[in-house]
Amino acid sequence: MQVRRSPKTYDVCIIGSGAAGGTAAKVLSEGGLSVALLEAGPPLIPARDYKEHVWPYELPHRGAGVGGGLRQGLPDEFMAPNGAWEIQGEPYVSAPGSRFRWFRSRIVGGRTNHWGRIALRMAPVDFKVRSHDGRGDDWPISYEDVAPYYDKVEAYIGVFGTKENIPSAPDGVFLPPPKPRCTETIIKKACDKLDILCIPSRLAILTKPLNGRPACHYCAQCGRGCITASNFSSSQVMIPPAEKTGRFTLITGAMARELIVGKDGKVAAVSYIDKATREERRIHARAFIVAASACESARLLLNSRSTLFPDGLANSSGVVGRNLMDTVGSDGGGYFPQLERMPAHNHDGVGGMHMYLPWWKFDRKNEFLRGYHTEFGGGRGMPGVGDYDDLCDEFEGYGVSLKRECKKKYGTYIGFAGRGEMIPNENCYCEIDPNVVDQWGIPVLRFHWKWGDNELRMARDMQETYREIVETAGGTYMPPVQRGADHPYGIADGGVIIHEVGTVRMGDRPATSALNGYCQAHDVKNLFVTDGASFVTNADKNPTLTIMALTWRASDYLLDQAKKGNL
Amino acid sequence: MSISRRDILKSLTVTAVAGSVLRVIPLKAAEYAHQMVKTEKAAQNGAYTPKFFSPHAYKTLQSLCQTIIPRDENAKGAIEAGAPEFIDLLSSENQDYQVSLGGGLMWLDNTCIDRYENVYLDCTPQQQKEILDLIAYRKNAKTDPSLGQGIEFFSFLRKMTADGFFTSEIGINYLGYIGNTYMSEFPGCPPVPGE
Repeated sequence: MQVRRSPKTYDVCIIGSGAAGGTAAKVLSEGGLSVALLEAGPPLIPARDYKEHVWPYELPHRGAGVGGGLRQGLPDEFMAPNGAWEIQGEPYVSAPGSRFRWFRSRIVGGRTNHWGRIALRMAPVDFKVRSHDGRGDDWPISYEDVAPYYDKVEAYIGVFGTKENIPSAPDGVFLPPPKPRCTETIIKKACDKLDILCIPSRLAILTKPLNGRPACHYCAQCGRGCITASNFSSSQVMIPPAEKTGRFTLITGAMARELIVGKDGKVAAVSYIDKATREERRIHARAFIVAASACESARLLLNSRSTLFPDGLANSSGVVGRNLMDTVGSDGGGYFPQLERMPAHNHDGVGGMHMYLPWWKFDRKNEFLRGYHTEFGGGRGMPGVGDYDDLCDEFEGYGVSLKRECKKKYGTYIGFAGRGEMIPNENCYCEIDPNVVDQWGIPVLRFHWKWGDNELRMARDMQETYREIVETAGGTYMPPVQRGADHPYGIADGGVIIHEVGTVRMGDRPATSALNGYCQAHDVKNLFVTDGASFVTNADKNPTLTIMALTWRASDYLLDQAKKGNL
Repeated sequence: MSISRRDILKSLTVTAVAGSVLRVIPLKAAEYAHQMVKTEKAAQNGAYTPKFFSPHAYKTLQSLCQTIIPRDENAKGAIEAGAPEFIDLLSSENQDYQVSLGGGLMWLDNTCIDRYENVYLDCTPQQQKEILDLIAYRKNAKTDPSLGQGIEFFSFLRKMTADGFFTSEIGINYLGYIGNTYMSEFPGCPPVPGE
């Protein structure tokens, strides 16, 4: 069978359409280059895929899915088909003794469709951790290098927030924040008593119209997908302007298999499987941006072996797949009796928190290095399947008393989610499994994972803090369900927070890093990796905003190189 | 109907960024689209034929659901809220549910025959209350381990009934959830009594 090659050579081929791929597509195509983008999943069609404003009783399964799949961990029926922990025919492996979970989105827009829209800038110190506390490595770039791109991204996608002058949480270009909900005013008061910072959150959701996108209408359903595109997703905000240029080609159902290197040592083409026909095809381009998500990008490089690059492309340092980080996650919750007295009212708001707790103990010595922020939420949301599981188990019985208890406790819970910085360690990495391929014949990843002591101490601090806040607010603390020997202090398994980064990291030295500060491979000049793989550290800031800023910066650099004739 | 719906949705999504329709009537269009989605996806009414449970088992299921969440002066109960249909549909698609719920209903009848010489539905209200009071609490398994399977069954059925009831229009109104709508501004928190 003959491999079909594309009839033309594009200026740039991008692999992946999420935060990184979408940003690159917009910036490069608007900059005048011809761009092809490969996405492993189908197109996203909001009219078909979104279930915004649908009530549970309008679906036969009430949101539980066929066979009650939600109870077995399958996605909620209301969600757009924007990702899953397991994808049929595309396995991954956790090494013995390791528990790692990998959430993947195979759809245009990737995980930005699923993203909580929490858009936090990394702080200056986050780029220079080794200089600060001696652990890990500094980034080859500084906050000042990235700040102009944070500005550009925020101004374009729309992020609400407030100027606070907090060193651990730099201010950005902000739209006004929505007013706090009752749950948030209660926690804010308790935090004020405890000298814990609690400020308006920073989410990529419009509170004013922007670039033709209308403002949020406060239905709290961002997770289902927003038919008015008032929240950010790559599929609705980055891909459309690229398409408008006429220089952009989107190829869906295209599973990248290998990057093919020419005699000159540069990437000449990407080989991909067309999922519809199961045929191998190729796209030729002058430059390649790998933006398939941290682990998927590492997988593609490791699967791109050649005589020039026997250990995988751009991997002369051996770091590809190494330094895998997720976020330290530990959750808790509380029951708040004062919420029982709240009159019925609309508590929806945006599809996420209106306030959050940035890292506040940056000015003192703690029992662990680095920091964490805290997300919280609860209250009178739309009732859903599983909401009363815990109450049923605790209250037991049946009849009118059970029914009344459910009504009494409705909307009286607030949950807390700690999100902290993990320091990379040698036990956390991914590699190609020697025995397993996916249904496309592509070797799959095997994950290794072990939390370090610093992460466990941080999780303990989260638990202590949330108990203190709940009790100060007059509530009853409810520790995480998952705790004990496997999950000390409720720490989540690797990958569960869905903030994997670090597997193709940047650095000044080609011996210990794969990319330079522009996300350009040290070994292969026409190859860029701009997703979370490029991160040197994983600050307590959710990575998406930084992924977009780094990609925009790398894309500007690539445009500049193109102008100079260096493409 | 479907053409106008598709057109509206298309205008909302494909051109949202370019901004044609939405620049003019963004909010009205959004609201209209939501209403249409809602109407189109509304569940069908009418009589229900069980997909998994036998007629006798389904009657027992209905009776148990309504006992778990009965009608009271404030709201209708689990049957009116469609909980039995919901449980039957999910069970028809899930073999584990078929065993735990189908088998659980059989356990209940078997146990009632042993104790009262009648299947559950033919027991007196006092007998029905007696057996339910035994299987509605975990602590009873400590004094009588033979109740263990019944307690496990009832515990799961209670959750499924709560799911069915509180995801219904009746259940959602009973809780007093207000929302799932379009607002031009989010009003924030009304005064908290006693705060």
